[in-house]
Amino acid sequence: MNLTLKIWRQKGPQDKGQMVEYKVTDISEHMSFLEMMDVLNEDLVAKNEEPVAFDHDCREGICGMCSLHINGEPHGPDRGITTCQLHMRMFNDGDTIYIEPWRATAFPVIKDLVVDRTAFERIQQAGGYISVNTSGNTQDANSIPISKHNADLSMDAATCIGCGACVASCKNSSAMLFVSAKVSQFALLPQGRIEAADRVKNMVAQMDLEGFGNCTNTGACEVECPKGISLENIARMNREYLKASI
Amino acid sequence: MSGFLSSSIARKVAMALSALFLIFFLIIHLAVNITSIFSESVFNELSHFMGTNPLIQFALQPVLIFGVVFHFAMGFVLELRNKGARNVKYVKYNGAASATWMSRNMIYSGLVILAFIVLHFIDFWFPEMNYKYIEALPADPTRYFGELQHKFENPLRVGAYVVAFILLALHLLHGFQSAFQSIGFNNKYSKCVKSLGKIYAIVIPLGFITVALYHYFNH
Repeated sequence: MNLTLKIWRQKGPQDKGQMVEYKVTDISEHMSFLEMMDVLNEDLVAKNEEPVAFDHDCREGICGMCSLHINGEPHGPDRGITTCQLHMRMFNDGDTIYIEPWRATAFPVIKDLVVDRTAFERIQQAGGYISVNTSGNTQDANSIPISKHNADLSMDAATCIGCGACVASCKNSSAMLFVSAKVSQFALLPQGRIEAADRVKNMVAQMDLEGFGNCTNTGACEVECPKGISLENIARMNREYLKASI
Repeated sequence: MSGFLSSSIARKVAMALSALFLIFFLIIHLAVNITSIFSESVFNELSHFMGTNPLIQFALQPVLIFGVVFHFAMGFVLELRNKGARNVKYVKYNGAASATWMSRNMIYSGLVILAFIVLHFIDFWFPEMNYKYIEALPADPTRYFGELQHKFENPLRVGAYVVAFILLALHLLHGFQSAFQSIGFNNKYSKCVKSLGKIYAIVIPLGFITVALYHYFNH
């Protein structure tokens, strides 16, 4: 298939940036979206032009590195996938595809489609851990009974890959789905309860400090999340926060 | 907005609690209004009670006004902060793909409701305050029904009320269940809350519209 791409090009963090139009031809419907981007970049390199910078790593939907806001949606029009799992069969021959970076004040553009997501790292560092030494001194996992229900919910929350699609999709650029997943995965387990109050307060404080917006419960994050992280986590974080504050 | 309200979660909880208070108030308001369809004397009696009872006038009314002002002021503060959280907009943003129109446009439905409240205050509250406290006219327990009917003679006012209540319905369709989510209520009963919210969001505004139309066609 032949496609017209409108891609955000920005030389660096200080550059104003603009949408630039490119044509790609003979794209197979079996290609992933990132492979289509590779084809474009090979064309650009062959023409001695600067290739488009975009984030990618594992290309199997588990690392959370690939981003891209495609035709107005994070990770494109499909559901429950990352951009590397998006196939060109989701598009039609002759389509025009808009490709933009994640947009949030807390995710500044580094170059083209690459944004700085270290705000998420700083939120994690503020409390997304348990303070125990696990090197060579771990006790048997079965020595602490945990209900299957809570273990499952915790595991579901822990599947968050920190890609930032929740922020990108939210009209308020809120990071609450990400932070709530990280809070929940520990809050649901006995090992995490010990530091639960400090964790939620510190992570929320860091989230606010980074400049993410306020959640208005539109639910866009849950729909666009490649891992299906539930809004229930946000309600749980709200409860945890209130409990810790009052 | 210092202290507790400096946190994003505290702000959303405060927004939700003021919303739940206003949701409760609307039920009381509609219950009084509905009586005007069935009985002039009951409506007059209830209105006189509401307008003269010192607990309602000097304790609950200030709380209500604070609740309304707080909900609007906080709504504007959140909207401005949220706009700042995305300093470069998307060229193409397909918000409809993942969220309802109601949830994405609470500020606009809220602005229409604010305009309505201004009109409503000019129509009823200011004349009432003038009657009771400025001109200090003698109490007349039978005047309320006539005043109500008089207001709904004007088709433009009735039209404005109907439009405002449709926007209130849209606001509540998202707002009701959103308020529960904000205070951390998301469990096996959430489906019931969502259904109840939909019923409330349609029945309450429809009730107010019915009262306005009834008096327009029966004055």
